[in-house]
Amino acid sequence: MPDRLTATEAPYTIGMPPFRPGDSPDFGGAFVEQPGDLSRPPVDCEAHETAEHARGLIRVLDDNHVASGPWEPDIPDEELLLGLEHMLRLRTFDDRMMKMQRTGLLSFYMRSFGEEAIAVAQTMAVEEQDWLFPSYRQPGAQFVRGRDMVSMICHCIGNLEDNVRGRQMPVHYTWREGRFISISSPVGTQFPQAVGVAMASAYRGLDEACITWLGDGTSAQGDFHYAVNFASTFKPPVILNVVNNQWAISTHANLATGGRTFAERGLAYDLPSFRVDGNDFLALYAVTKWARQRASSGLGPTFIEVYTYRAGAHSSSDDPSAYRPQDEHLCWPGGDPIDRLTQHLMARGLWDEARHSDLLERLDAEVTAAYKEACTHGDLANGPYPPASTIFTEVYEEVPWHVQEQREELGK
Amino acid sequence: MAKMNMIAALNSAIDLQLQRDENVVVFGEDVGYFGGVFRVTAGLQEKHGAHRVFDAPLAEGGIAAVAFGMGLNGLRPVMEIQFADYIFPAYDQIVNEMAKLRHRSGGEFWTPVTIRTPAGGGIKGGHHHSQSPEAQFTHTPGLKVVYCSTPYNAKGLLASAIECNDPVVFFEPKRCYRGPFYGDPHNVPTWNSHPDGEVPEEHYTIPLEQARIVRQGAACTVIAWGTMVHVAEEGIRQSGVDAELIDLQTLVPWDRDTVVESVRKTGRCVIVHEAPKTSGFGAEMSASIQERCFWHLEAPIQRVTGWDTPFPHSTEWDYLPSPGRIAEAISRTQEA
Ligand SMILES: Cc1ncc(C[n+]2csc(CCOP(=O)(O)OP(=O)(O)O)c2C)c(N)n1
Ligand SMILES: [Mg+2]
Repeated sequence: MPDRLTATEAPYTIGMPPFRPGDSPDFGGAFVEQPGDLSRPPVDCEAHETAEHARGLIRVLDDNHVASGPWEPDIPDEELLLGLEHMLRLRTFDDRMMKMQRTGLLSFYMRSFGEEAIAVAQTMAVEEQDWLFPSYRQPGAQFVRGRDMVSMICHCIGNLEDNVRGRQMPVHYTWREGRFISISSPVGTQFPQAVGVAMASAYRGLDEACITWLGDGTSAQGDFHYAVNFASTFKPPVILNVVNNQWAISTHANLATGGRTFAERGLAYDLPSFRVDGNDFLALYAVTKWARQRASSGLGPTFIEVYTYRAGAHSSSDDPSAYRPQDEHLCWPGGDPIDRLTQHLMARGLWDEARHSDLLERLDAEVTAAYKEACTHGDLANGPYPPASTIFTEVYEEVPWHVQEQREELGK
Repeated sequence: MAKMNMIAALNSAIDLQLQRDENVVVFGEDVGYFGGVFRVTAGLQEKHGAHRVFDAPLAEGGIAAVAFGMGLNGLRPVMEIQFADYIFPAYDQIVNEMAKLRHRSGGEFWTPVTIRTPAGGGIKGGHHHSQSPEAQFTHTPGLKVVYCSTPYNAKGLLASAIECNDPVVFFEPKRCYRGPFYGDPHNVPTWNSHPDGEVPEEHYTIPLEQARIVRQGAACTVIAWGTMVHVAEEGIRQSGVDAELIDLQTLVPWDRDTVVESVRKTGRCVIVHEAPKTSGFGAEMSASIQERCFWHLEAPIQRVTGWDTPFPHSTEWDYLPSPGRIAEAISRTQEA
């Protein structure tokens, strides 16, 4: 089988991942990029001043979990501890939900495994009034904004208390109170929509920004290109993140770009563009703060490539051992975001094993209690589900006659 | 003959086309190395090479546009849209471009693209993994629209679609990939024991524009496609009425003679589809049938369809036409 075709063997280039099942993944050891490599430009810089930042990798935590360099953020210790807690909360939550899915208690699930720092650090770095326009891989933002876990699980089950009334698949959260905009399955649609949200904030004179995320694979969609172009044209307060976790289901990021980093694409649109270590909580926080400050100064959008690795399966329907080595995520030099922040905090004496295991126990109890409570509002096997009448409501602001007639025909 | 489920039958059709015609290329999201999220193209990259069976960037509009260009320049592209719900980023390329190329160029250019896409509900897919958007394409002159329902017709119809020089949108009822669906989610039969799970290993075609009479009957004509063919079969059983069941197979152009002959014989007609009612293809069928069979009709034509709402997640069994609703509609035609 012509496994790794090159341009000379094939009539056109077929992008291939570096490793396939059976290979021993070798990413060349540690990252070459180190904290301190890249300056922290002023927030009113020109886009071209970030050229190095788009090619390189902004890091704060080094391989020994020590923070240094111009990007080291000014963040209170309690905030860091809270960040760790939310990441662990998300991982505990994900593990439990995946177990539910495996035992037939959820129809579907998607974890953020290995990517917990992204939604948590970036949501902590923006302001409370800012809009979050996520993909399905940033549910962790809701924990930062204090969403009730029971209500999240009720959504995943699609039971009586699901705030979207059993209409969407699990993990397609909606939470207006937390300014967490409804997730839609067609990938990438949120990216240009977020530009519109930010334009409305600017129009209305509100001190709001909109932060949005999409995946490496999704960056191939037209919607990605609409977003960066409109952002570049109108310069509204929007923070555009491409989460490069290197995989789009079975398709490697080599098939989403013909070369160069994702961040470099932003430069071509004259947007300040950064490539950041997505498993480095501190670096993510710092770069997002920079972007938020730029937005506050009325200077418009920032483009960020968040470089990470999808450590788990794409979703509960996926088995990555069919297309990549089983242990690939362990060989990738970016490490684990939770582990890295934990080591950092421990080295600084802010955290220790005992507190860590206490927290894990507390989170486990919290998730278990939430899960039990959610199931009292209906489980997947037995319901109760939202009544069938909810099929017909909120299609329009008011139910038109033809929909009403169909509701009566169903008779429920 | 071999036992095949619908996935294997489609795979076999594509495999044979790749063997028979060196201009056939197959691509889409995850279809190459992995063989597609539903495994329809499994093993084909290994067998035919990565320049003939390959992964595309995640961009349906791009996939369709590239297929358009390849088809225009001598290739015969078979592209996959991972879920029919995700065909809309490609809508402009399909509707304004592929569909009109032959006509707009005075016949100087054409593009023989086949667009395969899993469609329909019954898998707890919610809004965006459940829709059945055939009507969005039947309303576009220049496209042929096919909807298979069994392993046997999936293979023969797909072969015809690929060999066809017009662009074809080919819907695969994903709920029936591994077995027929009779409307009861707890009953999960396989194709193994179904006569249409017997599929020739060699190449064969089923002409586009040919419907299939699934069951002969004298008292009512029931017309369906995709998953609804099987649900309608169960609905007929529950109604106790001696109804004739027609699986339309190709929606554009549809098999006028088979349908008209049947309705003139029975004088009654029920049309079933899972897509919403308003502007659904059932509306077109109903209008055409009354134009051609008015003096033979003994009762109003009935439509049993999905509701005019988005497709739900938790309550999908209240959304999809059920055998009970179909049986009631059949009974209504008998009252007159
Ligand atoms: C328009 C559209 N096409 C296809 C899909 C099916 N799909 C869901 S997620 C996905 C891969 C996305 O990969 P990426 O953008 O890298 O995000 P990640 O899953 O890695 O977070 C695909 C192909 C979809 N949801 N929407
Ligand atoms: Mg990805």
